Amino acid sequence: MEELLSLFIRSIFIDNMALSFFLGMCTFLAISKKVEAAIGLGVAVTVVLAITVPVNNLLYTYLLADGALAWAGYPDVDLSFLGLITYIGVIAAMVQILEMLLDKYMPVLYNALGVFLPLITVNCAIMGAVLFMVERDYDLAESTVFGIGSGIGWALAITALAGIREKMKYSDVPEGLRGLGITFITVGLMSLGFMSFGGIDL
Amino acid sequence: MGLRTFFDKIEPNFHKGGKFESWFALFEAVDTGLYRPADVTKTTAHVRDGIDLKRMMITVFICTFPAIIYGMYNVGWQANTIMADMGLGAVGNWRDLFIGSFDANSIIDNLLHGALYFLPIYLTSFIVGGVWEVLFAMKRGHEVNEGFFVTSILFALICPPDIPLWQVALGISFGVVIAKEVFGGTGKNFLNPALAGRAFLFFAYPAEMSGEAVWTAVDGYTGATALSVVATDGMAALSSQLTWMDAFFGKMQGSIGETSTLAIFIGGLVLVVMKIASWRIILGVMLGMFLTAGLCNFVGDPVSNPMMAMPWYWHMVVGGFAFGLVFMATDPVSASMTNTGKYWFGALIGFMVVLIRVVNPAFPEGMMLAILFANLFAPLIDHFVVQANIKRRLARG
Repeated sequence: MEELLSLFIRSIFIDNMALSFFLGMCTFLAISKKVEAAIGLGVAVTVVLAITVPVNNLLYTYLLADGALAWAGYPDVDLSFLGLITYIGVIAAMVQILEMLLDKYMPVLYNALGVFLPLITVNCAIMGAVLFMVERDYDLAESTVFGIGSGIGWALAITALAGIREKMKYSDVPEGLRGLGITFITVGLMSLGFMSFGGIDL
Repeated sequence: MGLRTFFDKIEPNFHKGGKFESWFALFEAVDTGLYRPADVTKTTAHVRDGIDLKRMMITVFICTFPAIIYGMYNVGWQANTIMADMGLGAVGNWRDLFIGSFDANSIIDNLLHGALYFLPIYLTSFIVGGVWEVLFAMKRGHEVNEGFFVTSILFALICPPDIPLWQVALGISFGVVIAKEVFGGTGKNFLNPALAGRAFLFFAYPAEMSGEAVWTAVDGYTGATALSVVATDGMAALSSQLTWMDAFFGKMQGSIGETSTLAIFIGGLVLVVMKIASWRIILGVMLGMFLTAGLCNFVGDPVSNPMMAMPWYWHMVVGGFAFGLVFMATDPVSASMTNTGKYWFGALIGFMVVLIRVVNPAFPEGMMLAILFANLFAPLIDHFVVQANIKRRLARG
């Protein structure tokens, strides 16, 4: 239990998807102009991560890994070369379902997220989390915790960035840097602040 | 010819169409630095207090003086004491030209020795940062702001005495340009520029900014800061070599301005009384630190991690806590703006500083990173405070 808790904390703060690994950058930079939309996207990413990482973990453990098919009588089969396409398929399906649900029940958020909702499919934070899960040999419980944790960490980062960018409306940025340029600098400075956690060994 | 008439005579050259049009920012800075601004309110003023950004920043600048003077004395005292121990009669560089004797008991000797370390650092930080500031002011057509005085002095005060000057130049450049000027100058940035510059150096050149060899001015001498003593050997080891009162008065090693909690609090008191530093932030930081340190004392296991046993009153006097609390956390630009938000902002700093000091073995000191971290969330805290207000007012109908 303690181990899961430390994994949870680690995935939120220390191994922050956005500010330590710089994953999920495109949506991170694009949907961070308004705090409300950022929170919405953060929640969406967290939900997708919380579902896809454990589902992919199950698929990996019982279908794809070397010798995973032993339960079906094929102990010599190694399907791990199918990993990438399987994971992305699962993620795409989950995002599609989430999109339909949002369209039906939360149209405001659906409109705010716009084209970026389908783009969660190719959000590298999600694919990254799945690949980390495979690489680090997480079991089912660990991958659930890891999925939720890295989702919350990413949501926290994008919400903080949106807060800063709302405040930056009053800034007077040199012309050449306006828009994405200054956002990149902002993210760099944010990750300097997040270095406070670098090195904590839980 | 008086100076005023001279200024009046050359002023047209700096106006639009004049010969030195692009130098207006520099002219304006020197002029209003010496005299009051020419454009004053002509009708009834709707302000209750004459304090403006200029006077506010100068007050902060003056409030750092106790820390500066004590810092210089302490750098010199530390160096002279160690030199006496090591049997050295001279420092072996250009400073020998200025210093006659290295008597650790003489206040003058200590001050002089310390000043020869502090002043070059400060001058470098002031000149290099000033060049950037004026350059941006000229090109972008805004005024040279007094906020820069504060940034440069604060930056110099949080450097270790032994730091190479080119690193000072690099750090202040990063702080002024990347953390402030690209956002449009004073009041428009979101990180404290002095701290951002210091953090940049900390991660880029860890050998010169942390460790055991940098905290005294004498070459080849290593001495651990109070925080790293506790982290390796525990509270008992610290109490045996340093009393709490010594730490409070600042008789220990550290960055130039951060050692004396007393000197910093004298400046801080003036800032709070003049309502320049927010007492809400200070209270928030103290409470956050007190509660987190108390929690660590209560649940932590001092055998595996000696920092767990460090009580709050020690957290207050060692490391950069006091300096950050008074001069950095209360920076009105990068802190939260709303009154409720200030408590939360402060509490976040207090919580993070203890967390980094105690839980994170990579950094013995946590104040710098704690404040930078809280800076990131300051706008968000404000956002939620404002939203809560809107909700409450709507509910009131």
